This record gives sequence, C-alpha cells and structure tokens, in this order.
Amino acid sequence: MAATSKNTGSRQPQKVSGDEIPWNRKHGQSKTISDHVADIVIGLVVLAIVIVVLYPLWFIVIASFSDPTKVAIGQVVALPQGTNFTGYTRIFEDSRIWNGYQNTLLYAVVGTVLNMVVTLPAAFALSRSEFRPRRIIMFLFTFTMFFGGGLIPSYLLYKQIGILNSMWVFILPGAVSVYNLIIARSFFETSIPEELHDAAQIDGMSYFGYFMRIVLPLSSAIIAVIALYYFVGHWNDYFTGLIYIRDSTKEPLQNVLQSILLANQTNSNTAGMTAVAAQRFAEQIKYGVIIVSTLPLLVMYPFLQKYFNKGVMIGAVKG
Amino acid sequence: MSASATVASVSAGQTQVNPGLQNETQIVPVAATAESRKRTRRPRRTDPGYRRNAGPFARLAEHFRRYWQLWLMVTPAICFIGLFAYVPMYGVQLAFRDFVPSKGLAGGPWVGLKYFRQFLESPMFGNIMKNTISISLWTMVMGFIAPIILALLINQIGSKKIKGFVQTITYMPHFISTVVIVAMISIFLTPDTGLLGRFFGDTSLLGNPDLFTPIYWISEVWQHVGWNSIIYLAALSSVDTSLYEAAKVDGARRMQLIRYVDFPTIMPTCGILLILNMGSILNVGFEKVFLMQNALNLSASEVISTYTYKIGIVSNQFSYSTAIGLFNTLINFVFLVIANAISKRVSETSIF
Repeated sequence: MAATSKNTGSRQPQKVSGDEIPWNRKHGQSKTISDHVADIVIGLVVLAIVIVVLYPLWFIVIASFSDPTKVAIGQVVALPQGTNFTGYTRIFEDSRIWNGYQNTLLYAVVGTVLNMVVTLPAAFALSRSEFRPRRIIMFLFTFTMFFGGGLIPSYLLYKQIGILNSMWVFILPGAVSVYNLIIARSFFETSIPEELHDAAQIDGMSYFGYFMRIVLPLSSAIIAVIALYYFVGHWNDYFTGLIYIRDSTKEPLQNVLQSILLANQTNSNTAGMTAVAAQRFAEQIKYGVIIVSTLPLLVMYPFLQKYFNKGVMIGAVKG
Repeated sequence: MSASATVASVSAGQTQVNPGLQNETQIVPVAATAESRKRTRRPRRTDPGYRRNAGPFARLAEHFRRYWQLWLMVTPAICFIGLFAYVPMYGVQLAFRDFVPSKGLAGGPWVGLKYFRQFLESPMFGNIMKNTISISLWTMVMGFIAPIILALLINQIGSKKIKGFVQTITYMPHFISTVVIVAMISIFLTPDTGLLGRFFGDTSLLGNPDLFTPIYWISEVWQHVGWNSIIYLAALSSVDTSLYEAAKVDGARRMQLIRYVDFPTIMPTCGILLILNMGSILNVGFEKVFLMQNALNLSASEVISTYTYKIGIVSNQFSYSTAIGLFNTLINFVFLVIANAISKRVSETSIF
C-alpha cells in the first residue's frame, strides 16, 4: 500500500489509513514531539490518580496485619512491618460480626432473588412496544424516582403492615428499583432482535414462553448486571438497619460495622495493656474489620467489573 | 440469532398459528428491519382481529385477552411501587395535619401550613439550608467535573491494557460501603497517628466545622470519580475516528483534539447528567453526613435529611418531620423542572 501510494502516476483514489497519508507523514504528524510530551504528561497525571485511589486501600490491607505500634508511628508505608495477626484472631472470635454477616447474607440473597423475579418480567412487559399502557406505567414508575413521601410516611406504613424490626423491611420495600428496571427494559428493547418475537409468534408462542425460553437465555449479561447492582445495594445497606431495626440480633453487617468502626465498641480484651496500647490494638481491629467486611465484594469485583461496565453503558443508551 | 429463532420454532412444538396474526404487515417489517440492526419504532400492528370500531368494553376485553400475560408480568412491580412509593406519597398529607397515631396516615385535624411555617421560622432553618446547599453544590460541581476530566484522560491512553487497569482501579472504591468509607476517613484523619492526620499535629480535622464540606466532597469524588466516568468513556468510544484523522490532517495537536473532537462528543451526555444532578440538589446523602457528624462539627454538618431524621424518628414529631421532608422534595423538583427547561432551550436535550 505504501509503495503504491508513492507512485505518482496512479490516478485511482486509494484507501489509506491515517499514518499512510503522505502529507500527514511529511509533516511528521503521526507522532510529533508535542504528542510525545502530551503522552508523558497524561501518563504522569493518570499515574498520580491511580496512586491516590489505590494507596488508601493498600494501606488498610498492610496495616491490618502489621504491628499496630509501627502503624501508629508511621513506619508502615509500602509493606507490612512486624507481621501480627492478633487483630484478625479477635475479629474471628467476635460473634457480632458473624451474626451481622449471616444476616446480611440472608437479606441480600433473598432480597436479590425477589428483586430479579419482580424486575425482569416487568421490564420485559414494559419493553413490548405493542403493549400500549406501558407509557403511562413507565411514567408512574419514573415519577417515584424524583418524588417520594419521605421518611415518616414510609415509617408509618411499614409499622402499619408490620414489617418493622423484621427481615422483610430489607426485602419488600426495595423490591423494584426503577433505575434497574429502566436498564433492563432498555436492554430488552435494543439488544433482543425483534425478529425473534415475530418468529416466536408465528410459531404460536405465548409471551410467557417467549420470555422464558428466548429472552432470558439471551440476556445473561443484563441479568448478571442487575443482580450485582441489587446484591451490592443490599450488602451496603446501612440506612434500613439504622431506622427500622431495633433488635440487635437482626442487625445487618453495616450496622455492626458502624458500632465497631465509628462508635468504638471494639470487643477486645484489653486486660494488661496500657491505654495507648489498647487504643492501637483497637485501631488494628478496625483495619481488619474493614478488610473482612469488604473482602467479598473486592474479591468478586475484578471478575464482575466488565459486567458493571456494561450495565452503565446499557443504562446510558436510553436514560 | 437465526439459530435461536430456529430453536424457538422447534421448541414450540407443533406450530399452531394464531390466525389473527397472519398477514402482510406482520411479515414485511421483518424483512425490512433485517437490514438495519437498530430497531426503529415499528408501525403499530393493525391486524384484522382487532376491531377498531368496537365499543370501549369490547376493545378493553380484546386488549386483556391479548395482553393478559404482559399485565401479569408487570403486576407485581406495580403492586410494590404502588404500596411502597405511592402510599407514602398519600401519607404526605401528614405535613398538613396534626398527627394522631391511633388514626393512621390520614387522621388528625388539618392545620394547614403550620409546620412549614414552623420550619421556616425556626432558628435552625438558616444554618441547615446553608449547610445543605453548600455541601451539595460543592459535591455536585466537583463530582460533575472530575469524571469528565478523568474520562478524557483515560481516553488518551493508547494501550488497551493500561486503560483497563486504570479503569479497574478507579472504579473500585465505588463498591465500598458508606460506613467503611467514613471509617476510613476517620482513621486516616486521626490526629497524630492517622495517615493524613499526623501531618496536622493534634488538631482534629473532622471536628473542624470549616473542613467538613471539603472533606465530604473530596472523599465523594475519590469514591465515585472512576465509576461516574464510565458513561463518558462510553460516549467517547463512539467518536468517529475519521474525525481524529481529519483534525490531525488539519494540524490539530493533542489538546486541540480533546477540545474540538472529544469534548463536543460528550456534551449531550454532560447535559443530561447535569439535569439529573440538579434534581437532587438538596439531597445530600443521609448516610454519609450522618456518619461523619460529631458534636464538634454539627454547626456545619446538620443538613435537611439528618434534621428530618432527628425530629421525626428520634423525637417523634411526625408531622413536623414530614413537612421538612416535603419541603426538601418540592425544592428538588422545582430545580429539576427549571434545569430541564433551560437545557431544552439551550441544547435541545431534556429528560421530559
């Protein structure tokens, strides 16, 4: 290609890729010095951003199993110093954390299952353009994203239907997230070819059959995305536990974390320690608790990241 | 695609064709849309089974006969939204009544705007509004600009691997819970021993009212910048590469490429997101502010949502608390409508 484009006799317009355009190369524009400078500057800025985001997380990890005294005086910078797992030992002995873990896992799993069972069929029905009431239903759903009754009316409602201080308060009120519903609907509208429905219809398939046997198997990406959104939402839910739960045995993990991390109720046996040592030990427990509670999400995260990515992009197609 | 269609036809067993659905209008669009993958709005099905001039009841019956399955699928969602979003909306009338617990959501005598007046005249009002607006405005502006810059930077990275790595790292904090984030802030800012706190001696940074807003928005940006940049990166990935080539031919440098090609591409996305953000201008996240609050920084950290919680749940003044919440929602709604109208005028992008 490059050889032929040098041939001045050629009259035929030729397809040339960017850096093969002769005048482009003549001015050295494939990569100028300014381009290289820009590359370096951009690279450095991005590197700085990565460090700023990553370092606090890394620090928590190394501080959780370093000697708490060395952490306190600032000797722990890049690598763990004086490896010490007492913090973790104490955490594994703390029944509150395990109770919270168990509760959160239960709420998150049951909640996510209900979320999926309610959201996906509704999103499918609302994605059918021949279903004429869909516009008004969609409007009524979207409206709730911007306008709501507020805290007190919700509280009174939950009290009236008797879900206060029970696991259902985590599961039922959030059964549908309109945002996730819109994402799923957009996916069904844009990514499932309409011809499939025509084919299914000609074969005499009902909407149920079409949804179960054709749409769902083709939608594993969006199912994963929405399930993850819901799951993370349940996992990180703190507000519900704070307001609607009185019984400490029903508290989810986040509320247990709050009492340990922020209200300083570390369950540590500090006998025989000086006040300063006890304080540092408590700090080490905090680092460990952060790791233990966040680990499931962070371990899943690298594998699931591409799905999250996809979810945002699908959601972006039609706000 | 065609394979699944075949599987579908096979798995459907005997092909019992619905006679009402067999006519040309059914078949023609299939061939037509096969060309372009992107589905445009199809003409509404007009098949002979649908009696156009039948009475309203007959038409309704026909509608349900045809679509009862779709109705069944959407009903659970309607029930949940109706119960958990619309019933509390109905309960908003508490704000205009003196709540009597035994009479439920709609009990108690009307008192008009008493509670709104009480809130507007209360000595707390000025301070709470100031805090709410300053925290949310700072967070909104910074949280809006930062992801755009990050996306433009990431987009400039040539290597796909490095790009993916940077994205993976910057999204990560988004999934950490608010409780843990606030715990990290408080650990890092501990006077003398914290990662950052040690550089400030024994002054408590979290206890300083002047620093509450900066700490809040900087940590917000830190947590969400990567995540919020995804949407811009998606927009940037759709830039026609020939635009870059054309600009390069015209002698554009890197910064000029960003300014004249990348930036205009993401403008509509920016517009939509700005409108949506405007709609929550007074909605400072309850959880984070609540968790970051302490006795020392309360003068800068009391916002509408935390105040509603304290008045309503902690001290049981249900009507007053509802009124404050409603006030908040109404202002948000007004902002949303105004921002939407402006954007409609200026850039022809709007959300409704």
